[in-house]
Amino acid sequence: MTMTMASGARRSRSAVAALPRSARIGALILVVLVVVAVLAPLLAPHDPNAIDSSRVLGAPDLGHPFGSDALGRDVLSRTIYAFRTSLAIVFGAVAVASLIALPLGTLAGYFGGWVDQVISRPLDMLLVLPALLLAISLIAIVGPGSLVAALAIALIYLPILARVQRASSLVVSQSGFVEGGRARGWSSAAVLRRHVIPNALGPLLVQAAILAGFAVQIEAALSFLGLGTQPPTASLGLMLSEGRDVLTQAPWVEIFPGLAIAVIVLAFNLLGDGLRRHLDPQGVVS
Amino acid sequence: MTGAVLQIEDLRVRIPVPGGRWVGAVDGVTLAVGSGEIVGLVGESGCGKSTLGGAVMGLLPGGSEVSGRVLLDEEDLRGLTDEQYRRIRGDDIALVSQDPASSLDPTFSVGAQVAEAIRNHRDVSRRAARERAVELLGIVGIPDPRARYADPPHRFSGGMKQRVVIAAALANDPAVLIADEPTTALDVTIQAQILHLLRDLTVRSGTGVLLITHDLGVVAQVCDRVAVMYAGQVVEQGTVRDLFARPLHPYTRALLDSQPAAHHRSGDLPVIPGRVPDLTEPPAGCRFASRCAHVHDRCATAPPVIGMPNGGQVACWLHQAVTEEVR
Repeated sequence: MTMTMASGARRSRSAVAALPRSARIGALILVVLVVVAVLAPLLAPHDPNAIDSSRVLGAPDLGHPFGSDALGRDVLSRTIYAFRTSLAIVFGAVAVASLIALPLGTLAGYFGGWVDQVISRPLDMLLVLPALLLAISLIAIVGPGSLVAALAIALIYLPILARVQRASSLVVSQSGFVEGGRARGWSSAAVLRRHVIPNALGPLLVQAAILAGFAVQIEAALSFLGLGTQPPTASLGLMLSEGRDVLTQAPWVEIFPGLAIAVIVLAFNLLGDGLRRHLDPQGVVS
Repeated sequence: MTGAVLQIEDLRVRIPVPGGRWVGAVDGVTLAVGSGEIVGLVGESGCGKSTLGGAVMGLLPGGSEVSGRVLLDEEDLRGLTDEQYRRIRGDDIALVSQDPASSLDPTFSVGAQVAEAIRNHRDVSRRAARERAVELLGIVGIPDPRARYADPPHRFSGGMKQRVVIAAALANDPAVLIADEPTTALDVTIQAQILHLLRDLTVRSGTGVLLITHDLGVVAQVCDRVAVMYAGQVVEQGTVRDLFARPLHPYTRALLDSQPAAHHRSGDLPVIPGRVPDLTEPPAGCRFASRCAHVHDRCATAPPVIGMPNGGQVACWLHQAVTEEVR
């Protein structure tokens, strides 16, 4: 089945239809979430940062379906804007990590030997450090903020993604068509670009989708600890942190961003699992 | 021989193995392939025949040591830089390898792979390469090549895939084609079709073919001449007719005897006793001595290569003077 996978991906129309249903549902939810994030200014009924002292911890009603928080800010509007922040951080982090992991892993897997050593050993050292500790150390050095949180997540994911890419390109490098490509006089660069990368990309995509789900949680954790997105900007983790203080009086402040996190994580996991069945049936991704 | 497109002279290849030792996989092979000629290179697994092919293609495992000469149209390939060698591969020398299932990239259409093989070496437009690829697919016997051009490899059977591989290999009209066990992965009826296709195409274009195989039946079907390899050395070479009718080297004889044939109605198939010597420490004398039925004192020193009146060559003391004892 691996043989058929990427040839399916190349035929763009049939590719989506060929995915398992879970992946399609996950992708659909993500598309909706991205649309919500992009159109946040149009969809949000109120200014997310507008403080209204008359509506402190106001219960959900027609004008404020998700209620309002300790500063009287509209929770629905803040949740919509928080999607924006969180998704931007997650997509940015995973994209940066994947784009760096792709060449590193491909070169390490294809050339092996000292190239592999030079690339893999430093990445292994990153892998040894506990994820949150690594993120917190980086933030301690650079200072908190959304961008730093994204970089911290990318740093955590880089070695994981690079290892997956290394493993799959190692397998592809030993296949007959790579040897055949060399026998047809391709340069190493051409063999990598034409044969190794297209065939080795599947597991990386799967791993990236799965990790994106966790990234939402890491972002939330960092913001919850006050190390990620800074107030008054809305992010899902930050909203959780703010909601915790008023959980007993106004549970809606906590529940809706919590649900939002659950939906994002669910969407990424559905997509990741579906992609895994489709792109990585042999289980390179752990 | 004159007019040889590929001439291998005293080629030696040593490949490093773990433990700091070396395997002398090819040890002093001299061999020539003429234009439009198919030369079979037979031998059992591990005798160095694929390494020889790899040495000609310039595709050996890293750290291998090569000496001797590999002349392509009288130009020594061993003097080329990596980049010059790369330009020759797929252009002047091409390879058809053993497993058609894995030699095609599953992410590209078969036609694109043939077209890219052309564009890698020729400055032609995409359109022209495409037209040429369609034509080639037709020549190798793909039915309705224009429609099949865009199909991915998994829609093709093994035999059809091997036809595509051959089309890609012959796309740039190479002077020499190395066919390394091209039919081993195919069933017998398809084997014959592929072999005859290979023969038709190369004879017509004047491509010299080095056909690496362990199957004497394949040699008998399509080759003009044959070289028998044992433990890194060519022990005998000659025309297919001579070699099959009158094998000179005891190893060749034993190989022929151990082929199943229709007239062997009953009884066990003869086998060659013993095992191939360890090539990290090859024996000093004749390498076949330990398994040879005709072994005698002189075999302790390496036998000379003896030219026979019919143009064949054999490396065995038994033929040093045709009049001498034994036999």
